[in-house]
Amino acid sequence: MSVVLPGAAQPQNTPDPVTPRAIVHRGGDVNPSVAALRAQFGASIGRDSVTWGETTLWVEPSKIRDITLWLRDDPSQQYDYLVDVTAVEHRDTSLPIEMVWHLRSLPYRRFLRVKAALDMDAELEVPSIEPVYKSANWLEREVYDMFGIRFAGHSDLRRILLWESYAEGFPLRKDFPLRGRFSRSEQLSQALSANPEAPYSMEELSVADAFHELPADMRARLLNERTGN
Amino acid sequence: MTATTRTVEVELATQGIGARGALFRVPLTATPSGEVVPADLVPGSEPDMGNERMLINIGPQHPATHGVLRLVLELDGETVIRCVPHIGYLHCGFEKIGEYRQYNQIIPWTDREDYLNSMGNNIAYALGAERLFGIEITPRCTVLRVIAMELSRIISHLVWLGTTAIDMGAFTPFLWTFQERETVYNLWESWVGGRLTTSGSRIGGMAADLPAGWIDGLKGFLRSLPKTLDETDRMLTRNGIWVGRTVGLGVMSASEATNYGLSGPMLRASGVAYDVRKDFPYLDYETYDWDIAVGTKGDVYDRYLVRMEEMRQSLRIIEQAVERLPDGPVNVDDPRVILPAKSKATSEMESMIHHFKLVMEGPRPPIGECYVATESPKGEKGYYLVSDGTSKPSRWRIRPPAFVNLSAISKMAEGHLLSDVIAINASIDIVMGEIDR
Repeated sequence: MSVVLPGAAQPQNTPDPVTPRAIVHRGGDVNPSVAALRAQFGASIGRDSVTWGETTLWVEPSKIRDITLWLRDDPSQQYDYLVDVTAVEHRDTSLPIEMVWHLRSLPYRRFLRVKAALDMDAELEVPSIEPVYKSANWLEREVYDMFGIRFAGHSDLRRILLWESYAEGFPLRKDFPLRGRFSRSEQLSQALSANPEAPYSMEELSVADAFHELPADMRARLLNERTGN
Repeated sequence: MTATTRTVEVELATQGIGARGALFRVPLTATPSGEVVPADLVPGSEPDMGNERMLINIGPQHPATHGVLRLVLELDGETVIRCVPHIGYLHCGFEKIGEYRQYNQIIPWTDREDYLNSMGNNIAYALGAERLFGIEITPRCTVLRVIAMELSRIISHLVWLGTTAIDMGAFTPFLWTFQERETVYNLWESWVGGRLTTSGSRIGGMAADLPAGWIDGLKGFLRSLPKTLDETDRMLTRNGIWVGRTVGLGVMSASEATNYGLSGPMLRASGVAYDVRKDFPYLDYETYDWDIAVGTKGDVYDRYLVRMEEMRQSLRIIEQAVERLPDGPVNVDDPRVILPAKSKATSEMESMIHHFKLVMEGPRPPIGECYVATESPKGEKGYYLVSDGTSKPSRWRIRPPAFVNLSAISKMAEGHLLSDVIAINASIDIVMGEIDR
């Protein structure tokens, strides 16, 4: 197996990267992928801005899977590395909730922040990019767990950090109180009265013996799901 | 004489070499004449268990899961058919709490996520916040931070090395590595007062300048660590048990590793020479002379080799940093973020008001957002900060490298033996504090 070198796609005379200095708050060099995306996707691409040296590009939420797939596979882009998937809800409730994807192109040493605004009044749903980047599997589950944003086409969208029967809502939403919705004593009494088997998902309890008693859709999902493939 | 059956994997959990020099990874059985042969050569010697699957649960309270990780494994015999990880047992809501804290008050929380690398997290977070404030740190602070981050990387790898060796049955390296780690904890203590949770950085500088004699203590560590590394290297690298329990396990190819978002030693062991310090440098890492350790196979053994080499490279960086450490102030001269001197704050009215406002109201960055990535021992550790102009971030996101690395465990473990899952899990170098946050 040969060693894959980041930066290999850049022309030979490109200088090696250096620690950025004197980064300005607004403005600066725009990531060249933005122009290429505009040429490719046209109206699905919204405004772009450069903040603290990083390019942010707003896109149509429904197009994110096509956009990331193209960014990953186009030889002049090669965004092969998904850094992070997260969301931002602002304290100012008039602003929409934002989905944020941080992408890296290792061959070109580029970094791109892609954002999509989600209407708070409609159902919060965007296409999953798990088919494009496997790393999106858990990252999207975390966003769903914390913000309640659903990802269409995700293979296994369920809570990840909180347990499946967690009933208090989505903690990173701004309307969620810091200490949770219930008082400490209420949380304690709920914990004491809970079914200790509840943290075990039906999947786990089922694999051994109760598989055929599962609902049909869960059975189908389990049969298809070979995690990691 | 009845034929006895034994399973070599249970005893060694590795590919063994038979009496004829051939590799075997199959149950053995003894023929009536006393010869040991693979069981499938003797018809009927193994009962047909059909498709019976067994479900076993490892953790969350299990020493080999390195914290409160729970793995649900579906087994066919001893082969893992499916591996479902469960996390969240240590979830504290760090990111939520950060939205209710001033920028400097978040630093103690960064200690507690990846607590083996607390100094590295403090500095990584400070770098992110300084980008958001538009602050350029002083030359002395830059070099001090490089020393601190590399020391932090070394002690994190030392913990990984010791605990992983224990997982595979070698106890002695654990004692050696923890002995070395103790030296660094003493250095932390004399510098910033804390040992495990250092809270060593501040926005615009460090908690303190180095105390007198600190560099001498560091040089002592730089002399003693290579001996320990050599000793551990002699003990493990060519050790038959170690090699047998690590080679060929949990293999990730370069393209798979990239697609699964692995980073740090996990990614480099798969042959991708991606290191944030080289490709998106910070703290002037491009001016130091050091090499990236890259593996070729992407298995557990390669991850071990990569981490061993990274410690040596970190030593190289620290030696150069000590050489060039300039004099001068540690903190920037910026009244927006840096407190006035204690003597002034207790004697001058203006300084006291300044102190009061900085502590009670907190510094306010301009509206904006930034993602600053650093190379933590586990991989790409980034902090994404969104400011709405108030003294508390409206979003503080930790990009957790161990979380993303762990998400590939199903892919790595499936098809391997139960006892190999322990080795594969250890090779990820998980810290549940960071994964669950």
